[in-house]
Amino acid sequence: MADNGDDEDHYRIKEGDYVVLKRGDIYKSVQILPKKKVIFEKQWIFLDNVVGCLYGNTFEIRSGGGLQLQNTKTTESPPDSKVAGTDNRNIIDDGKSQKLTKDDIEKLKDQGLKGQEIIQQLIENSATFSNKTEYAQDKYIKKKKKKYENTVTVLRPTCRILAMMYHGREPGKICHLRYDTLAQMLTLANIHANSKVLVFETCAGLVLGSIMERMGGHGTVVQMFPGGGPVRAGVESFGFPAHFYETLHEFPICHLNALEAGILDTFAKAPDAGEKESNMTAEEEDVLPGADPQGDSPEEQRMETVSADDKVQDQKKQEEEKRREAKAQEKKVKQEEKQRKLAAAAARLDGRNADGLVIASRFHPCPVLLRLLRFLSPSRPFVVYSQYLEPLIECYTKLKEQGGAVSLKLTDTWLRHYQVLPNRTHPRLLMSGGGGYLLSGTTVAPEPPAGSTPSEEPAPKRQKLKATEG
Amino acid sequence: MSFVEYSEVIQDSDVAIIYLGHNSVMPVKVQHGAQTQTRYGVIRHSSDLIGQRYGSKVTCSKGGWVYVLHPTPELWTVSLPHRTQILYTTDIATITMMLDLKPGSVVCESGTGSGSLSHAILRTIAPTGHLHTVEFHQQRAEKAAEEFREHRVSHLVTVRNQDVCKDGFGVMGVADAIFLDIPSPWEAVGHAKAALKKHGGRLCSFSPCIEQVQKTAEALTDHGFEEINTLEVLLRVHDVRTVSLPLPDFGPDCSAHPEPDAMEAPPPAPSQTSINIKTTTPPRELPGHTGYLTFATKPRT
Repeated sequence: MADNGDDEDHYRIKEGDYVVLKRGDIYKSVQILPKKKVIFEKQWIFLDNVVGCLYGNTFEIRSGGGLQLQNTKTTESPPDSKVAGTDNRNIIDDGKSQKLTKDDIEKLKDQGLKGQEIIQQLIENSATFSNKTEYAQDKYIKKKKKKYENTVTVLRPTCRILAMMYHGREPGKICHLRYDTLAQMLTLANIHANSKVLVFETCAGLVLGSIMERMGGHGTVVQMFPGGGPVRAGVESFGFPAHFYETLHEFPICHLNALEAGILDTFAKAPDAGEKESNMTAEEEDVLPGADPQGDSPEEQRMETVSADDKVQDQKKQEEEKRREAKAQEKKVKQEEKQRKLAAAAARLDGRNADGLVIASRFHPCPVLLRLLRFLSPSRPFVVYSQYLEPLIECYTKLKEQGGAVSLKLTDTWLRHYQVLPNRTHPRLLMSGGGGYLLSGTTVAPEPPAGSTPSEEPAPKRQKLKATEG
Repeated sequence: MSFVEYSEVIQDSDVAIIYLGHNSVMPVKVQHGAQTQTRYGVIRHSSDLIGQRYGSKVTCSKGGWVYVLHPTPELWTVSLPHRTQILYTTDIATITMMLDLKPGSVVCESGTGSGSLSHAILRTIAPTGHLHTVEFHQQRAEKAAEEFREHRVSHLVTVRNQDVCKDGFGVMGVADAIFLDIPSPWEAVGHAKAALKKHGGRLCSFSPCIEQVQKTAEALTDHGFEEINTLEVLLRVHDVRTVSLPLPDFGPDCSAHPEPDAMEAPPPAPSQTSINIKTTTPPRELPGHTGYLTFATKPRT
């Protein structure tokens, strides 16, 4: 056996961990914080009790929202009597088969009955249950379980789980990227440890996080971002260890032109409007009573000691100035840190030797792709995701004109789930309508200037291959 | 060069991929003094390949040109010599994500087959993971081991020539994920469970036939696996084309008064007879089925 006691610690839930709550097909990403109320499937719960338990454990939701570890695995207990019908010719659906009313069921819930017990009550009070076929009974129980089972499982986040969660809960935030499409992207772009990947995404950080997971903290990721700052909420949900973030850089695309012109330094030093505003509000804070984090003592004291010594007044003024200076110093340090980071990211880009490019955003992909391709080495893959087909047709066409890329493929994937049960196997009734489109390709060395190559381009290539030697 | 790490320049004993055109690639073992025949002419390794940058254009003896690409598992999948039916990138990508594979993962696989999936797994689990792959056909097992060596990934993989249904994967309690692509996967479920870590792990079984899927799902349930889920994923390709659509001719415009010498007058400037549109078309035929993918989770035991 390769496992030992030390490993156990790695599998225990700790405070501060990012986890995913699961019930059936519903997932939700939350952080374990003490006394924090979390809403999951229309129920309020407190996660305090899961700390110290193992990932994968299932908990029952007690009334009041606390969680209790499920001690026995409630297996599919078959109904006590094996009485079942053969078909539904005599079953009339008049809505009156169930004797328990909605209020009755609420009362049972309040009494603290577990999901399994409520289902048993429903079966006993159903006039038609014993007339249903075995399969129909099975289906009935499954349906009630989904409705009344009061459990939640705590899982460690992975790309698979988070991709399914986002697609199910908030597809708009991820440009309707379906999880199998994301899977294709990660493989087609050959994402692996110890490579350098450029990412441009507006998928709440899901794509970035997935890439980081596949790099395992080795290598470099440079996130190009539009606007003021990179969106990374999704990345946090992965719960990466701190050292993963050392591989992550970010670069604003609004500085791309400056970078390529070689004047990034001067450009970056100019304070932007955002900075000016925060300067002002900080000063206002100093003046407003109570807004000062160090307490409002100087203001109060000022009011109380109107007739105090000038010396005391001077002292207060000096303290205030010191605080202002400290704040200005803090700001300076932050500004320098910001520039240092920008320079570090720029350095990663300057070599124009990235190993992969992934684009997945709400922006028109064509200008983004054509602009960022030049940062890749030759013979490296790139993948562009778009919710719609036409923008990728444009990318394809422009790339073919400009050259520098081969093996261009425009694809989408068709995903179908199956129900697999004895004598009841068939595809599921509902299917995902679409998961977006991908354009993938490989870079090649750029064409040397016209006139220098003596060889002629051959006619369009044919499919047949001659026998070759290795 | 290796299949798990990029390099810039082609060197002796590298495996490189020659790109001949759309959907046409072939692998090449780079060797001083060697030559490779292509339909565009001969490629001389010493002058045309060694020392050149990956991604370069190479002009062959007949004047045609090709590109030399750095190998990746995806290029290998479409260029490798088939010893068995292989898994293609669409299924491989889905499997990789659904098994939660990443650097450091320990994976057990059977059968190795032609090594298409194996190379993709190795790329994903490098540099700290390991692949235990089992193949019951001796020559195929040997060929796979040889290729792993040539592709500089043998430190990440152990090939075992045995029957997984009888003898398992050769390891116990170490795997994060199991992959089965064998005729009777239900016979290997017990061994899969034993190979997985005590803390739990993921499993995938690939089967072309629905009967196999049913038997496997039953075996998984019996052995305590959870979240059993079967799906299939198909790739749809869109070929970009400029298409010319002719416009119908409804006759000359009859709404205005006819001029007396209208017959003599030159015909009005010809309006467009067709419109060009840039669109995509599906290929005539596409793969409609490869296999069903059944995933499951082994809970902590």
